[in-house]
Amino acid sequence: MLAFTVRRAIQAVGVMIAVGIIAFSMFRFAGDPVNQMVAIDTSAADRAALRHSLGLDDPIPVQFAHYFVNAAQFKFGVSYQFRQPVASLLAERMPATLELAICATVLSMVFGILMGVYSALRRDSLLAKIFQAVSLIGISLPTFLIGILLIYLFAVTLGWLPSFGRGDVVRIGWWTTGLLTVSGLKALIMPSVTLGLFQMTLIMRLVRAEMLEVLRTDYIRFARARGLTTRAIHFGHALKNTLVPVITVAGLQFGSVIAFAIITETVFQWPGMGLLFLQAVQNVDIPIMAAYLLMVSLIFVTINFIVDILYTVVDPRLRATISRPA
Amino acid sequence: MTETAVPQQAEPSAPRPRAAPAGWLGRALDSDVFYSFRRSRLTMIAGAVTLLFFLVAILAPLLAVQDPFDPAQLQLMNSRIAPLWTADGQSPFLLGTDEQGRDVLSAILYGLRISLAVGVLGVVFAGALGILLGLIAGYFGGAVDSLIMRIADVQLTFPAILIALLVNGVVKSVFGNRLDAASTLAVLVFAIGLSFWVQYARTVRGSVMVEKNRDYVAAAQLIGLPAPVIMLRHVLPNTMGPILVIATINLALAIITEATLSFLGAGMPDTMPSLGTLIRVGNNYLFSGEWWIVAFPGFSLAALILSINLLGDWLRDALNPKLR
Repeated sequence: MLAFTVRRAIQAVGVMIAVGIIAFSMFRFAGDPVNQMVAIDTSAADRAALRHSLGLDDPIPVQFAHYFVNAAQFKFGVSYQFRQPVASLLAERMPATLELAICATVLSMVFGILMGVYSALRRDSLLAKIFQAVSLIGISLPTFLIGILLIYLFAVTLGWLPSFGRGDVVRIGWWTTGLLTVSGLKALIMPSVTLGLFQMTLIMRLVRAEMLEVLRTDYIRFARARGLTTRAIHFGHALKNTLVPVITVAGLQFGSVIAFAIITETVFQWPGMGLLFLQAVQNVDIPIMAAYLLMVSLIFVTINFIVDILYTVVDPRLRATISRPA
Repeated sequence: MTETAVPQQAEPSAPRPRAAPAGWLGRALDSDVFYSFRRSRLTMIAGAVTLLFFLVAILAPLLAVQDPFDPAQLQLMNSRIAPLWTADGQSPFLLGTDEQGRDVLSAILYGLRISLAVGVLGVVFAGALGILLGLIAGYFGGAVDSLIMRIADVQLTFPAILIALLVNGVVKSVFGNRLDAASTLAVLVFAIGLSFWVQYARTVRGSVMVEKNRDYVAAAQLIGLPAPVIMLRHVLPNTMGPILVIATINLALAIITEATLSFLGAGMPDTMPSLGTLIRVGNNYLFSGEWWIVAFPGFSLAALILSINLLGDWLRDALNPKLR
């Protein structure tokens, strides 16, 4: 078990180094950083001085080591467009994105599991067929179209919800939250529904498939033979066993939720990291792009690592295969 | 997993003509796959809609009342006209016009061409890259295999849209913002190809690992055929079934990705709009009540993706022998 954990940890670090190399080469080779920073009339001598002060004339491996040490301390350089440290720009916008992503994930879990269980237990009912149709549409409609549709319906036509922004936010330390004000909560509804819909269809399909599989197993038949109530069988035995893969998928998907937030944040002008990243892509602001890539990868790799470890803790069968010499 | 797409084993009494007609067309019409296609009405509708989209895209210059890419044909006099059936409608603008006097229907037809072209080329590029790497990894094994598959593993943790955005951003920063529309299209195909190759590589590698231990591969090796010939002529055809399913589902994903990139302003420019660009431009007029500028491109995109997804679902079930 310890060997497995260590091996996974080494793999995770390896992935981060690979992503670091990509981020560094983006930073270093995609366009000249000096040209991006100086005005057109800067003299060649000043450019050379700036180049030297940034360490851009060092050998490449030295530069990479330098970049890596800085990145490990969350120093990602200065944004070309905002002339501010990238780290503080990201930190300022991270609460908005995380709040949105967590709300979307919770929404998708709750409704996805409910709809999945229902459509597995009442397979032929009308409502289950409607859920199936909704899930197909949820997969087929691009995120931004869903956002536009919601804005047209609830903001333009009905005027119930705000169409952009985060509403009023409350500052707690360095964290800003919209969860404590009415306008903040109202502003959160449409973006989190938009962002969570795709995950919801995914979870619903997964729960349905897993439930159908589990309901066919012997221990469910045995539970019926023992005379347990249907309710206890469905929710105590069947659902509990489907939740392991569901939680895994939801955990692994959290990274993609943050990445997909780029689209949702653009549609709703949500002031998060995704909007910052998109502005960086449009304005070729490489330091922000590289830093965003590193941050998102760090989140991905950490979640992957935790899920891998938790999986072996939860599922004894996996432990057996791991401890067996390969 | 649509219920409708699963071939039913009911009505076994329905007689099927067993006298196999000659030729590949006859064989195709008599195949199990075509039989299950005819059994599912939803799939037939989806197939017809997909075919229709491809047809109108190809025939766009004949069907459209103007060339929306040619600024000389646009007149500001005609801007923001409502669809024909409303009180303010004007012939010949069936679905109305946008801010620049561009006929919405013509823009959709031409935009459809761009969307489908990027989608199909992206899938072909991703497929070629993935199949090639999968064949190499599966056939040779060892260090090459673990290197390719490690890269695939790492890439699989990142969503395609993020990779496509990054590739797009990097290419733009290398070439500057002076790319013309045609090279933007090439960049999009490249970005989409790079973000979708993993699934092909994994599938092909899996099948190749099974196939390469078969006798026919040993026989081919014995008569001295070179490895590339064995891989392409003998092993590859036996792995095509799953590839076809992935390609169909990926076509929908590639079109969504292109539309999303264009919607985010990182894709096709306004001068040569795809469906995604049209939706981005139209979105600006949503608040002033000109709903048709965004509604019709959005509806076309949704209908196209839904039909392709339905076809993909059906194909997956039809080619899966376990479900027969």
